[in-house]
Amino acid sequence: MAKLVSQSRFADPDAAFLALVEARRGLSREQAAALDTRLVLILANHIGDLDVLGEAIALAKASGPAPAL
Amino acid sequence: MAERTVGGKTTGAATERKSVYRYGYRHSPDQDAGAPVRRPVVVVGAGPVGLAAAIDLGRRGIPVVLIDDADRIGEGSRGICWAKRTLEIFDRLGVGEKLVAQGVTWKLGKLYHGDELVFSFDLQPEAGHKMPAFINLQQFYVEAALVERAEEIEAVEIRWKNRLTGIEQHNDHVRLTIDTPDGPYVLDADWLIAADGARSTARDLLGLSFSGVTFEDKFLIADIRMAADFPTERRFWFDPSFHAGQSALMHRQPDNIWRIDLQLGPDADVAEEQKPERVTARLKRMLGDRPFELEWVSIYRFNCRRLDRFVHGRVLFVGDAAHQVSPFGARGANSGIQDAENLAWKLAAVIKGEAGAALIATYETERIQAADENIAHSTRSTDFIAPHSEAERDLRDAVLALAGQAEFARRMINSGRLSVATVYDSSLVVPDEDAFAGPARLGAPLPDAPVRRRDGRDGFLLETLGDGFTLLAMDGEAPVAPPAGIALAAIGDEVRDVAGVVAARLDATPGAVYLLRPDQHLCGRWRQFDAGKVAAARDRVLAAGAGLS
Ligand SMILES: Cc1cc2nc3c(=O)[nH]c(=O)nc-3n(C[C@H](O)[C@H](O)[C@H](O)COP(=O)(O)OP(=O)(O)OC[C@H]3O[C@@H](n4cnc5c(N)ncnc54)[C@H](O)[C@@H]3O)c2cc1C
Repeated sequence: MAKLVSQSRFADPDAAFLALVEARRGLSREQAAALDTRLVLILANHIGDLDVLGEAIALAKASGPAPAL
Repeated sequence: MAERTVGGKTTGAATERKSVYRYGYRHSPDQDAGAPVRRPVVVVGAGPVGLAAAIDLGRRGIPVVLIDDADRIGEGSRGICWAKRTLEIFDRLGVGEKLVAQGVTWKLGKLYHGDELVFSFDLQPEAGHKMPAFINLQQFYVEAALVERAEEIEAVEIRWKNRLTGIEQHNDHVRLTIDTPDGPYVLDADWLIAADGARSTARDLLGLSFSGVTFEDKFLIADIRMAADFPTERRFWFDPSFHAGQSALMHRQPDNIWRIDLQLGPDADVAEEQKPERVTARLKRMLGDRPFELEWVSIYRFNCRRLDRFVHGRVLFVGDAAHQVSPFGARGANSGIQDAENLAWKLAAVIKGEAGAALIATYETERIQAADENIAHSTRSTDFIAPHSEAERDLRDAVLALAGQAEFARRMINSGRLSVATVYDSSLVVPDEDAFAGPARLGAPLPDAPVRRRDGRDGFLLETLGDGFTLLAMDGEAPVAPPAGIALAAIGDEVRDVAGVVAARLDATPGAVYLLRPDQHLCGRWRQFDAGKVAAARDRVLAAGAGLS
């Protein structure tokens, strides 16, 4: 079973962050959210591993604010 | 005999059903008997599932009384898509060829996002199967053909206008109260098959809960009569301009009838939406100026639910009485017919004393596995078509947006994963001791393949199988003599694998043998025939995998 890698993998993490920033530059929050959703799908498919995807979802959920009930 | 009326009347709210086959109530001597008459099997419900069960049991020589509270079929339009495995079962029951000739054969599905075609899928990419991937045919035609078939079978007696109103459970039978135009009577049955549909009386009488989910969205389902040359395909739209923000589905049926489903969302007003002028306006947006007539209109909310258990003492639940799914994927009647087929041979074997009652329990395990598969698929489809929230819809829309450019996204689009047979993960199979590749799977129905008779006639592999256990044997060096009670279907001289497709689909080598259950599911295979192993595998099935073999 593959594991999610949460150690940095980019040789230049700043450049990777910049690529994502530039992708949303000039977009409204709504447009950015839609872009991100497409990105999630593309990257999830690229990973192609349901276990890793599950771990990534868990990490994302755990690191965000709990939803207001 | 059936009397058929065509041409219905339009009422204020909607059009009523337009085709009816009407049958006659007949007084039965059982109604006058001093003490309740005892029957081996009573089936309640002459829908497609109860009819299939009665025919299958009758063909196996088991006397069946089939009761139905109505005396007609064709109340409303319902199922239209009949899947390959169901058609194969119909073929074994003797109505398959007739129904395929009557229906429209299709295999191509098309998916649109907005007004753009995103992709098409072929449901039967390979040739060499007797039955097509799907036919579309109004459910009442299927029911009428099954009634006609049942009437030909001596062992089956249909009693129209016989309504089940009471069940009393005893150790080895049930006592039924049945209402008729001549008043009620009591009938005993060793076994009751409850095929009385989604609103099952039998379920209520036994006080069983029927749990699952009900989807919020409402769907308008219309059958319209229209002369149009649209292709014979399943066409599904997400967010088309003629029905913005919602989904639409269009399917061809015989007689110039088209099925149209329009999603209306959760807040639609049912009474308002059924008004003919309103429906007509919606359809005109879709169809333009083509003239059409409304045949039938209804609004549905869909459920996915099932009974916790299908076997309750001597009462056996099948079809919609046992489980219900949303129609995306055409899994309702199709799975019900497969229930009937799974149950019929097992019950016949138990009644004839060839198997212990434990075999009945495997009906439940195998068909609950199938029901859960069907519920999971149709829930996923319904969730994709009608997302639960704006947040979920955004994700769905992202899949659609990517679909034009990315194959992976096309594969995620779910407008209904169409019904396929379940591969039983069952104690009734003997695990492979030799390695086999190819599409044939243990626990699954045998894949069909073309064969040719010695005299030159073309046919199909499934036609060579009997109603009981069959040993399919590839020509080899050693002669094959199956144990008593198992029929032989030899591939070699009389029936030939001319195209090599049998060998390819079964990964067959000379001398390989395959044991098929009476429902054509593969339960054991070996590279070389060994009478002892074959007999043990059959005995294992009849002993319900209880390790008795
Ligand atoms: C809009 C729509 C589209 C569908 N499309 C498809 C499709 O394309 N493919 C597919 O496979 N399925 C489809 N289905 C599902 C399919 O119609 C059902 O799954 C199927 O009818 C179930 O068959 P059944 O024999 O179990 O029950 P039913 O067809 O409901 O038959 C039950 C019978 O029992 C009788 N009965 C009830 N109570 C009693 C009583 N107390 N005493 C005596 N008799 C009684 C009734 O009169 C009825 O004749 C669709 C359903 C809908 C609503």
